[in-house]
Amino acid sequence: MIDIEKREEFDIEIDKTVGKPFIDDAKFSTRNVDVFYDDKQAIFDANIDIGKNQIIAMIGPSGCGKSTFLRCLNRMNDTIQGCHISGDIKLDNEDIYHKHQDPVLLRARVGMVFQKPNPFPKSIYDNVAYGAKLHGLASNKIELDELVEKSLIRAGLFKEVKDSLHKPGTGLSGGQQQRLCIARTIAIDPEVILMDEPTSALDPIATAVIEELMIDLSKKYTIAIVTHSMQQAARVSQRTAYFHMGHLVEVNDTNTVFTNPEHQLTENYITGRFG
Amino acid sequence: MTGNTTEIIKLKLAKRYAKEKRFKLYGISAIAVSIAFLLSLLINISVTGLPAFQQTYINIEVDIDSKLLKLDSQYSEQELFRANYSKVIKQSLKTMFPGVKGRKQKRALRQLVSKSAIYQLRDFVIDNPSVINTRQSLWFLARDDVDVFMKGGIDRSLPESDRRLKDFQLVWVDKLLAENRLEKRFNVSFFTESDSREPEQAGIKGAMIGSLLTMLVTMLLSFPIGVSAAIYLEEFAPKNNKWVDLIEININNLAAVPSIVFGLLGLAVFIGLFGVPRSVPLIGGLVLTLMTLPTIIITSRAALKAVPPSIREAALGLGASRVQTTFHHVVPAAMPGILTGTIIGMAQALGETAPLLMIGMVAFIADVPQGITDPSTVLPVQIYLWSDSPERAFTERTSAAIMVLLGFLIVMNFLAVIMRKKFEKKW
Repeated sequence: MIDIEKREEFDIEIDKTVGKPFIDDAKFSTRNVDVFYDDKQAIFDANIDIGKNQIIAMIGPSGCGKSTFLRCLNRMNDTIQGCHISGDIKLDNEDIYHKHQDPVLLRARVGMVFQKPNPFPKSIYDNVAYGAKLHGLASNKIELDELVEKSLIRAGLFKEVKDSLHKPGTGLSGGQQQRLCIARTIAIDPEVILMDEPTSALDPIATAVIEELMIDLSKKYTIAIVTHSMQQAARVSQRTAYFHMGHLVEVNDTNTVFTNPEHQLTENYITGRFG
Repeated sequence: MTGNTTEIIKLKLAKRYAKEKRFKLYGISAIAVSIAFLLSLLINISVTGLPAFQQTYINIEVDIDSKLLKLDSQYSEQELFRANYSKVIKQSLKTMFPGVKGRKQKRALRQLVSKSAIYQLRDFVIDNPSVINTRQSLWFLARDDVDVFMKGGIDRSLPESDRRLKDFQLVWVDKLLAENRLEKRFNVSFFTESDSREPEQAGIKGAMIGSLLTMLVTMLLSFPIGVSAAIYLEEFAPKNNKWVDLIEININNLAAVPSIVFGLLGLAVFIGLFGVPRSVPLIGGLVLTLMTLPTIIITSRAALKAVPPSIREAALGLGASRVQTTFHHVVPAAMPGILTGTIIGMAQALGETAPLLMIGMVAFIADVPQGITDPSTVLPVQIYLWSDSPERAFTERTSAAIMVLLGFLIVMNFLAVIMRKKFEKKW
């Protein structure tokens, strides 16, 4: 049991992100990012680089702003009424919040996998083909068939569904549905994949399959994952960012974060003293 | 748990179960009462209305005499059309019932058959000119009083002055019955004729076509307008905007406006301002569109709201634009609900009378409308008109028309169920 009196950890001051938030070969770089929901500030001055072909894990207690931050990276927050963002977020040195930046194009470059598997109520084939059709990535049926097959193979789902491509995607198991969502995302060949707690609704076996898939995908894609499971962060990511009440407390190599955290708050969290 | 707590819970348990049982009983009795009401309504309507699906016919030996027809040996088509068929029928009846004296009785004799007999005979002769100067045994529609008598609507034991059929008429009817010259047959003309002052000739075809055309106009206007409005308000309109809120409140209020107000509005705006002709399906459809729109908008919005937001996120996350997200995923997913709402709105419109009275659809119209700008009436208004008619034979026709209207409504609701099943998707 946690002694409430002892929870003075909350009072520990956070002034600057510790560790190594900046790297050389950055895919994404954010500077002085503040996010507000109406008057309530959800993110305070987040500065971080996300490396190419790396997996970065974002951890932290519930409500710390890690999901909000993730959703800033493909402007999914645009759809939320009252949400506004200040600061710079650059993808390949392009400001994604620039007024000439098209959010539709951005979301084709930065794909997203959600917490709850959300296949469309269509066939497995149509689920994977939808993005490609939308952006005109396949010029004919044969190319589209190939693309669907390739994506399903990459997502490690093809063997299981090859005979039922035209059955509804919603009839699959939870783990299969999530892999279908991943297949759907990689079918449009994005540069970055954002994953918002992709395994929190899945059992350990399905989780293990998806984690393996993530490691495999990181050879080609840059992946940012929000997770509640520290073990998962430790297993799959190269770098880990720790969020606390809207502040980015620490960014470091995953190894360092879990073995030798620089910040007191990080240590408290990973040792299970709160969270 | 301590023994004490268990005791306390046990004590209350019996009471809790009794409460549950009581509540179940209330529910069941409420359902039983409503079913009883519904059944008594349906039985009442069926018992009154079913006889209308049969009609009495009279068999007459007709002497188609060219002299009576006032036709020469050579005649033109026009002369044949204008020939005096009424005289032929009168004479034939006189032959069948010799010894009828007095103007009153002669007139009563003529009124055994419907006025339509003249036209029936005319069409028969025009189709077969060879029957002229022969004797034919023909079946004609009987007058409504005879029909009512045949269906048991006239009590012989009443004093003569209280009966529609007098003693001498009863003698004729008995004679006809004895000679097997009176027969009840399926009432085809109820479905093939329009309204008439003579109950035995009145049918609902005109009202049915009028209803169909009116519904067509209503459907074509209210579905696209209502669904578009719902999609805009639900998917695109800014939230927490005072104008949007104002529109929302007003739509909800419109749904509660008495329908006759829409009729007055239609009269003032469509007829008064825009000069749309009155008592045509077009104006009926316009007014019913106004009345149906709030229902369609509200149900469609509810259906759109019920689509899980995760589907919108999935599509947006793949780089679909908002319009694509809406039309590729949200609207198809909401379609069952939208269609159900639309059909319920249409069913409401189909049964609506009050606003149509305001725009002149209550007129007596004996023709079947050919288009949306022909004067017409609709089923519920026809029911209203007939229920107001003094002739006894209109009573059963009123109920029969109600049965037809209910039939339409059941079919529409059935369609709604099928559509919902067909478009329903599992999540």
